[in-house]
Amino acid sequence: MTGRGYAPVWCYWVVLPGLVVLWFLVAMALDSSLLPTPLAVGRTLYAEAANGELWLNLGATLARVAVAFVIAMGLGVTIGVVMGRSETTNALLDPLLLLMLNLPALVTIILMYVWFGLIESAAVLAVVINKVPNVAVTLREGARSLDPKLEAMATAYRLNRWQRTREVWLPQLFPYLMAAMRGGLALIWKIVLVVELLGRSNGVGFKLNLAFQVFDVATILAYSLAFVAVVQVIELVLLQPLERRASRWRRPELAHA
Amino acid sequence: MLELRIKGRDFERPVLGDIFTQIRRGDRICLLGPSGIGKTTLLNAIAGLDRHTPATAFRGRESLRLGYLFQEHRLLPWRTLGQNLAIVGAAPKDIDRLLESVSLTGYKHHFPDQLSLGMARRAALARCLAVKPDLLLLDEPFASLDPVRAGELRTLISGLLDAHPHMGMLCVTHDASDATALANRLWYLDGHPAHLQWDAPVASDVETIVQSLRTSMPLL
Repeated sequence: MTGRGYAPVWCYWVVLPGLVVLWFLVAMALDSSLLPTPLAVGRTLYAEAANGELWLNLGATLARVAVAFVIAMGLGVTIGVVMGRSETTNALLDPLLLLMLNLPALVTIILMYVWFGLIESAAVLAVVINKVPNVAVTLREGARSLDPKLEAMATAYRLNRWQRTREVWLPQLFPYLMAAMRGGLALIWKIVLVVELLGRSNGVGFKLNLAFQVFDVATILAYSLAFVAVVQVIELVLLQPLERRASRWRRPELAHA
Repeated sequence: MLELRIKGRDFERPVLGDIFTQIRRGDRICLLGPSGIGKTTLLNAIAGLDRHTPATAFRGRESLRLGYLFQEHRLLPWRTLGQNLAIVGAAPKDIDRLLESVSLTGYKHHFPDQLSLGMARRAALARCLAVKPDLLLLDEPFASLDPVRAGELRTLISGLLDAHPHMGMLCVTHDASDATALANRLWYLDGHPAHLQWDAPVASDVETIVQSLRTSMPLL
């Protein structure tokens, strides 16, 4: 974290607006319903928002993402930390982890639907199964990198299990937790869309499926962009403030000794 | 207060050999010996951090409160000094007094990484005191400090020991003059596996110590 400096603010506003302009120009030139202009997508978005469809489907998808996220993080963190701390557990679970990591999301989704039926819990379970191995691998790295010197300190000063977890482990695992959360959010919402496309009757994935069948590209883009925006908001109002708060102690400008 | 009954022969390749001795209340021991001989291992063993040394090698340890000053400060970098003291059990009302006793008044809300090496070491010393220790374990407390800082810290520790006459101290050092400044007893650890070649009261001046060490240790 040393001396990385800051890029000027305008740097953040170059690529994306440029892309929109490019999109607009190409769409104008092609003049095809298969590539609507940003304005057309905006109009579709507004219409969907006005008739309530957008909120209903965004809400359904978001709810699935939230439930799957919480369960997957809980399980993945526990499994990862235990594997990182215990060589025996690691040896036992590592082959399984490798298998799960390489299992295509689509396979899990189909199997869950086939075995449990087209129900909500099967959908969420399929997402969780896909995400847990990623979280576990990240947190296993974190648990392996725990500082043995602080560990010895905690033992010498007889910190109890709760203090050890909260004061010694959690701050060291925090960067790994953040990485798992960031990656998790992105991965989970992508899988949720597939789950919805294959076997749910609401949600963004369901809408995409409908639009796909009539080649309604404006709706496809409108819904995708809407959900990307939602994920961005989550990043901005939830994850980034959390990260800033937790890494206060390493802010270089505080250092003056 | 603490009886050491370390039997080196119980292990395959022991760092520590047979060490049978006692630490009494008010004992201020300086532990000397060549680098890498096992001085830190002995400290770790006493603190219960050496997995090769069984708990049965100590009598009286369970009831003992230990304050361990590691070579590095080992404060939690994400906690302020005040919080670091509170975590090991310092009462909120005692924190200011503890920091004052190591000349860190006003640093309660600072993070360890904001401190210089010497300050961080004093903060770690305050954490030792926060547990109201019966025995202080100090691992090279003066290492990598300039002579002036080292002298100040020596005076500080000496003052703390005088203020708590019942507190014991076991201090690893390379400098025989630390022994005259702080200790009333001297251990010299040597050999493979290491044992106490020398366990005696400290003579009043460095020359005598060095002389007596020389008689037992021709290489010194």
